[in-house]
Amino acid sequence: MRLVLREALLIFRRAPLLSALSVTTIAFSLFAVGLFGLVAVNLQQALRQVAERVEIVAYLLPGTPIESITLAQKDIEAFPEVASATYVSEDRALARARAELVEFRDVLQELERNPLPGSIEVKLKAGFRDAEHVNEVADRLRGFGFVDDVRFGRDWVEKLDRLQQIAAAVGLVVGAAFAAVAVIIIGTTIRMAVLQRSREIAIMRLVGATDGFIRRPFLLQGAIKGMLGGLVAIGLSYGAYVLINRWLIQAAFFTREQAGTVVIFGTLIGLFGSAASVGRHLRRV
Amino acid sequence: MIKLTNVFKAFPKGGLALKDVSFHIAKGEFVFLTGHSGAGKSTVLKLVYADEPPTSGEVRVSGFNLSELRRKDIPMLRRRLGIVFQDFRLLEDRTAEENVAFALEVTAARRATIPARVMRVLTQVGLAAKAQAYPRELSGGEQQRVAIARALVNEPTVLLADEPTGNLDERATRGVFQLLRDINASGTAVVMATHDLDLVRQAPYRVIELQEGALVYDSVVDEPRDQAASP
Repeated sequence: MRLVLREALLIFRRAPLLSALSVTTIAFSLFAVGLFGLVAVNLQQALRQVAERVEIVAYLLPGTPIESITLAQKDIEAFPEVASATYVSEDRALARARAELVEFRDVLQELERNPLPGSIEVKLKAGFRDAEHVNEVADRLRGFGFVDDVRFGRDWVEKLDRLQQIAAAVGLVVGAAFAAVAVIIIGTTIRMAVLQRSREIAIMRLVGATDGFIRRPFLLQGAIKGMLGGLVAIGLSYGAYVLINRWLIQAAFFTREQAGTVVIFGTLIGLFGSAASVGRHLRRV
Repeated sequence: MIKLTNVFKAFPKGGLALKDVSFHIAKGEFVFLTGHSGAGKSTVLKLVYADEPPTSGEVRVSGFNLSELRRKDIPMLRRRLGIVFQDFRLLEDRTAEENVAFALEVTAARRATIPARVMRVLTQVGLAAKAQAYPRELSGGEQQRVAIARALVNEPTVLLADEPTGNLDERATRGVFQLLRDINASGTAVVMATHDLDLVRQAPYRVIELQEGALVYDSVVDEPRDQAASP
């Protein structure tokens, strides 16, 4: 193992320029992936915030006894999709309308009788805020005898649904394309490092080195380059994030896990890129 | 030790590099492999160190049947052979000592024994004083001695030398040749491919001559002759 480490470090020492070039190439490839990842992360967060506002309102028939309402509220809260169910009485609905609809204040003031119905406002848990689940919960709410009508902005929920699907599809395709480009560029860089040492590999084989012995230092240095590249990419992404935050918009950065994934991704590309290049080279000589 | 039986080797693009070559080299022998360039000397050596497989026929080296040799067994074969080339093939960024030690390190030799073994062979080839020199600081003859030391450090039973004096001046040639003779005298078989007929005439060793891929003369089988065909 000590020998493998020594040989791996020798590769760095002997070709510092090429090694630096490899690390830089890997870093910028992953940086491109990282920037795209940042966009995806922020887009997703924005969509999630919008989705949090998805709400189903069940309007109640006038004169429904409060006991029935309290019981129904408990039932609704027990639905697996439901995060909260809030009862809004007729009086509170009117008070809210007065506060929110300033321009109609006079009209509302002069009413002899409260025309607004009481309602139960249902919020859904994350993961259930798509059209399918919303519809399902709405249907179940209609089943209560004292529920007059159920509203949830069907069009709006469906649009949000489609937007999320498009964002996910685009993210997957573009992300995969970026990752593929990164893999190809990094693979080429590592191949150069292997070719640069082809004479040495030939000599190693002549004196009886096994394929495994020849391969190991390359795998190690490939993994190290990939890891360094990943770390630099995260650094660059962070720099970009700080600039965007200061000059453009309030954005979110990767979580620790996401940043770790980028570094691990770099390490794995370095490792497998080296394995492929060395393997191909060894089969030829 | 080394036995070729009816060996044919085709060039990848057609034509034959070796045509029906058979010979047997015994333990401890010194053999010259002669012939024009392109006659097949290097091809014979490549077959022996399993750089290329024979197209047909049988090659046996030091207990290995090379027709059946699996790729992963090739390193085991090479550790029993010492190989020296015209162009030395040293690692430029390692000292003489490191170049020799390298051949031991790849074989998983015990680390503690390596420095002593390296110094012993460097002394044997007369380069103990230049152990710390890099190849570019050494003359051609000295570089070839380092290459020979590297070939010897695994204590091979056969030393294969492909035109080992081809790049050397007369003085260095004499020195390297004498070194190979000394190595042979201590029991290691030496197979030396060369087209330097002066060298061949200097010593009473067996001569195998190739011409256009065919074995045309073997001094232990055929009539002795004063002069091999001129190169």
